[in-house]
Amino acid sequence: MRTWKACLAAAALTAAATTGATTVITTGALAQDKEITLCWAAWDPANALVELSKDFTAETGISMKFEFVPWTNFADRFLNELNSGGKLCDLLIGDSQWIGGSATYGHYVKLNEFFDKEGISMDDFLPATVYAYSTWPKGAPEYWALPAMGDALGWVYRKDWFAKPELQSAFKAKHGRDLAPPKTWTELKEVAEFFQGREIDGKTVYGAAIFTERGSEGITMGVTSALYSWGFQYQNPEKPYDMKGFVNSADAVEGLEFYKTIYECCTPPGYSDSYMVANLDAYKSGQVAMMMNWFAFFPGLAKDEAVGGDKTGFFVNPGQKIEASTLGGQGISVVSYSDKKDLALQYIKWFAKPDVQKKWWSLGGYSCHTAVLGDPDFAKTAPFAADFLKAMSGVQDFWQEPTYAELMQAMQKRVHDYVVADKGTAQEALDKLIEDWTVTFEDDGKL
Amino acid sequence: MTDSPINGVAEQVARGTPQPLATRFRGLSDRAIAWIFISPTIVLLLAINIFPLIWTVYLSFTNYRANRPGRPIEWVGTRNYERLLGSEDIWGYLQATAHFVCWTMALQVLLGLGLALLINRNFKGAGFWTTVILIPMMLSPAVVGVFWTYLYQPQTGIFSYILNLFGDFGPIDMIGSVGLAPWSIIIVDTWMWTPYIMLLCLAGLRSIPEYLYEAAEIDRANALQKFWHITLPRVLPFLMLAVLFRGIENFKMFDMVVELTSGGPGSTTELASINLKREAFESWRTGYSSAFAVILFVTVFGLGNIYVKALNRVKQ
Repeated sequence: MRTWKACLAAAALTAAATTGATTVITTGALAQDKEITLCWAAWDPANALVELSKDFTAETGISMKFEFVPWTNFADRFLNELNSGGKLCDLLIGDSQWIGGSATYGHYVKLNEFFDKEGISMDDFLPATVYAYSTWPKGAPEYWALPAMGDALGWVYRKDWFAKPELQSAFKAKHGRDLAPPKTWTELKEVAEFFQGREIDGKTVYGAAIFTERGSEGITMGVTSALYSWGFQYQNPEKPYDMKGFVNSADAVEGLEFYKTIYECCTPPGYSDSYMVANLDAYKSGQVAMMMNWFAFFPGLAKDEAVGGDKTGFFVNPGQKIEASTLGGQGISVVSYSDKKDLALQYIKWFAKPDVQKKWWSLGGYSCHTAVLGDPDFAKTAPFAADFLKAMSGVQDFWQEPTYAELMQAMQKRVHDYVVADKGTAQEALDKLIEDWTVTFEDDGKL
Repeated sequence: MTDSPINGVAEQVARGTPQPLATRFRGLSDRAIAWIFISPTIVLLLAINIFPLIWTVYLSFTNYRANRPGRPIEWVGTRNYERLLGSEDIWGYLQATAHFVCWTMALQVLLGLGLALLINRNFKGAGFWTTVILIPMMLSPAVVGVFWTYLYQPQTGIFSYILNLFGDFGPIDMIGSVGLAPWSIIIVDTWMWTPYIMLLCLAGLRSIPEYLYEAAEIDRANALQKFWHITLPRVLPFLMLAVLFRGIENFKMFDMVVELTSGGPGSTTELASINLKREAFESWRTGYSSAFAVILFVTVFGLGNIYVKALNRVKQ
């Protein structure tokens, strides 16, 4: 009997685990009418938010339920939810690129009136995050989200390997400078090439783990981190949607070609479809000397048993022609289809408080509040805090247009075709990208 | 007829039996009763098959986007079809699909028939081996896709390891290499679905009467002649049916390939159905993707009909 019970329990757990692509967590045990659901991606900061939200439940008596979906399905799942007018989420921490569509199609509640009434000022948040996560049309004082989770693309490196005297001297002999975190993409390639295929502690290691994923947004996020450093622009600043000579400028072509050379020279074998989690696995298992990833993962890495502490260092995305980083992160919005908008707004009001924002940072969330980021000691609060501040001062984001998904799919295809599948030239890839984007904007009535 | 106890029982049973339908639906013709019975099925069929099909054809001539319910639907004529048929990319996806379908069918027919001939020899343990061979087709395609990514892993995967036993090839990147990726999905599909072809062929082989072979023995036919003149013609209808089912399935292959390669590297393994899903539910170009769906439907339907006619001819 006991065996049967154990088997049943195991089967139930297995079923829950295999079907549980979505994590549902409920805090508190209050009546359902005083419960709101917050939707986000399933990753480290989401766990920190669960911890943080316990204070909200204690303070207001409103119970919190969480729907966390893995990044690979995040956009599919929640954009479908929004497009179908679903009531699953009362609050949604959606990607920055969704803001245009969600504002235009009425998925999010406009927060201006609420902010005015509750005395929440956008001046209390880092301007770059307000611009990226909250406003639509871009830069207009029309707010659809509260900056919730600041993020940008950054890099980590094996500090312990970089410090090895024999590697230091070998690198200096070859390049005439110290083996140190790279400041430019050219330096990054030299360091990556230096480590590629090298034996360290009896194991073959590789240069760098970069984003190459095809399915969602991976390779676009990786490629743009190089393109931005080469001064890439999506359109003519004087003439919106005029892309010729900007998207396919000589610098953009050079940046894309450079990213491809890093993919070819310095990634581990079989690195053709990798994004956040694959990069973390490669880094934590000691396969690579450097890894690109989102700052959101850095608190976890700093504490990691295998590679954390003194073994890992951090650096901001290298510059080339300019210094710039790819923007990550999200704002928190109230879903307009929710029946509990008032309770959801209470959460936003609570979350905007400076003391809550401080605790958010201390738990591993990246606050965008000036009370946190403007603190003179902020840079000392974590080994990556100073780099985070530096990165956020030069972030650039992908299109935030209502047709974002279509624009993203086109870029994923064109750059993956070129970088990974070695199809055509960088110039052809970017020319075709302009053709795709032109059709999209024409269909959308923008051109 | 004598009044026996048996007749009494029959009378009781007859009384307990429901009245004939014609009596219950008094006044209705047999044809009307038949319609009453099949009408729920027809309504269901119309609602979930025919109406969506007609609606899809209509949408294919519009600029409709499912993520913008408030936007007026504009009639764009044949623009979606022109874009599709004039797109190099679409022809690339169709080529990738044709490559996948043709090679999987060829390999599965050869291996499936070969395995069926082996299993049909009724050796000791044939039942056990049949079960073992059938295991792959019982798995979920998504699960198969995921675990083959591990098997194909260039550094730690068993596939690369085994190939390196035959020479120093280094890490073999099956999924990330443009040349190998199309073969990687063909290998996995063949591994998974050859048992299905084998099973149908086995049914065909078991249905061949033994006396045909005995007669061939008397005529001093050799093994090849027996295979060519008896086995193959008798198995062919079964084999063709299996190819029809698998061909249609592979034409719309999605889950296994998405898990395995996501359509990459680049668009090397982006089959038509993968692109269709991306256009319909990621880019939300509903009108455009409806046109693509119509083209795919017409292709499969047309090829399927030609094939069924050929199948009927073989049966005759």
